[in-house]
Amino acid sequence: MSALPAMTLAQKLIAKACGRSAVQPGEIVTCGVDLAMFHDSSGPRRLQPMLAELGAEIWDKRKVVLVMDHYVPEADDESRRIVRIARDWAAEQALPHVYDSLGICHVVVPQKGHIRPGMFCVGGDSHSPTGGAFGAYMFGIGATEMLGVVTTGTIWLKVPQTIFMRWSGRLADGVSAKDMMLAMIGRFGLSGGGYQAVEFCGEAVTALPMAERMTLANMSAELGAQVGLVAPDETTQQWLQGAGVSLRAEDLAPWCSDANAPGVRHAFDASALAPQVALPHSPANVRAVGELPHTPIQVAYIGACTGAKLDDLRAAARVLAGHRVAPGVQLLVAPASVQDFKAAEQEGLVHQLTEAGATFLPSACGACAGYGSVIPEGSTVISSTARNFKGRMGAATAQVYLGSPFTVAASALRGHITDAREVLS
Amino acid sequence: MRVWTLPPDVDTDQLAPGSTMKFGLDVIARQCLLGVRPDFAPGVQRGDVIVAGAGFGIGSSREQAASVLLHLGVAAVIAPGYSGLYFRNAFNVGLLLLTCPQAGCIGDGEAIAFDARAGTVTRADGQVLSLDPIPGFLLDRVDAGGLLPQLKQRLHAKDKRP
Repeated sequence: MSALPAMTLAQKLIAKACGRSAVQPGEIVTCGVDLAMFHDSSGPRRLQPMLAELGAEIWDKRKVVLVMDHYVPEADDESRRIVRIARDWAAEQALPHVYDSLGICHVVVPQKGHIRPGMFCVGGDSHSPTGGAFGAYMFGIGATEMLGVVTTGTIWLKVPQTIFMRWSGRLADGVSAKDMMLAMIGRFGLSGGGYQAVEFCGEAVTALPMAERMTLANMSAELGAQVGLVAPDETTQQWLQGAGVSLRAEDLAPWCSDANAPGVRHAFDASALAPQVALPHSPANVRAVGELPHTPIQVAYIGACTGAKLDDLRAAARVLAGHRVAPGVQLLVAPASVQDFKAAEQEGLVHQLTEAGATFLPSACGACAGYGSVIPEGSTVISSTARNFKGRMGAATAQVYLGSPFTVAASALRGHITDAREVLS
Repeated sequence: MRVWTLPPDVDTDQLAPGSTMKFGLDVIARQCLLGVRPDFAPGVQRGDVIVAGAGFGIGSSREQAASVLLHLGVAAVIAPGYSGLYFRNAFNVGLLLLTCPQAGCIGDGEAIAFDARAGTVTRADGQVLSLDPIPGFLLDRVDAGGLLPQLKQRLHAKDKRP
């Protein structure tokens, strides 16, 4: 009989990565890294000079993925310089996994089959917890820590407690994973995760498609968690099959929390959840959409790793197909990846959204990271992105509200922040 | 050491705005905390200390949000709590973060002293506040000037081995 203590999914993933049979919350351990992902902003331009200074080599190039998504398409000389460094360095290092201008890293990397259940991964970006949707332990680190990873293949970690967010029931039509996250962030705050592991579970989570699970894991960053995990299941298996990754049932089986694993437990009812909106200037400043006063908007933005995946575009098209956005509203759509954009084209969504008045932008981080200048000063914006800190989207005087793609589309249609359930037939 | 107080939940966009991220620390430094305390960047002196509310450094993984404070001469940040990602970044670039549950009682402009290894902050009136313990390896990292100098030392030590 096994003498192992009951463990959470997070503990099991860490135990595997540090070569132990069990780990306890609070222990500091050193883990081997299965995948190190970084982008043009956090990656080569910072790593290359430090590696040169050290005279060190990348520990295992097969485990490194580089994505150009922040400064593409290049808008000025500085962006050109940054992206040029990334391209030259990728060529010089002969990196086997480079995705240039194909979309945002947190969506492209799983779509290319790099993230699988049981892996231990780091990303040079704060939304790296997105990988937790696949039952991988994945978290964000800065450039200097990434230097440590790419030269040693290891990273230290304090084994976290797990906060279980159990969602019973089913979401209503027009309510989505983004609303679940905003509700949790509003309740627990931006530091509510305490840099511990959050695990999303319960029938409402199990019922979610992968893209929606990715939205949960993605915004674990705004909850202040180190990782946001969903135990892998048949939905994960089928999605990864489409990404060229074949998994057997026994590849998934080890990656779940034991029934009596230690942790903090919170319960929510998905069927009672209304669409949620975060008001300026914090993702934790959350109200149910119905509690807002009449709020006219000038810009509706569907973009980012958080809110512009294929499922998000489908949601927007369901609201907008056959209609026009309200006069004076600019609807901007930046699909999360080229793959999602092409799929949306094939499904007719791009046509429907364009007919409704949408302008399509490149599949890149764009306005979400404030790197473009598409958000006018003084405007009121409803956005499907993850953050609305003052100035985050590049305009210091913009008032940015966060909502689901359903909410953004419904608000574009009416010209003010709107409950999508009112417009969905 | 003069204290600069800041509110809770100061995010990385306030410390290092996205629009400045393509530039170096000298440009980022001019914009640092502009929207929160416009007097900070022009007025901060080498050795000054930031005393912030909880949730300091929430947001992005951009470590320039920590490096910029070093660049401006900040000796340490004292707060009841930090973003976990910012906490790691700070020690990796050599910025000392001290976790002090009672940080809120320290006033703006106050002269204070701290001893990270002893785990104390001494206020102008002699009151001693205690700090949450920091793992020794992280204090060593700050003393070494960050992770890069440590990696350099380790590589050189390896080279010298027979």
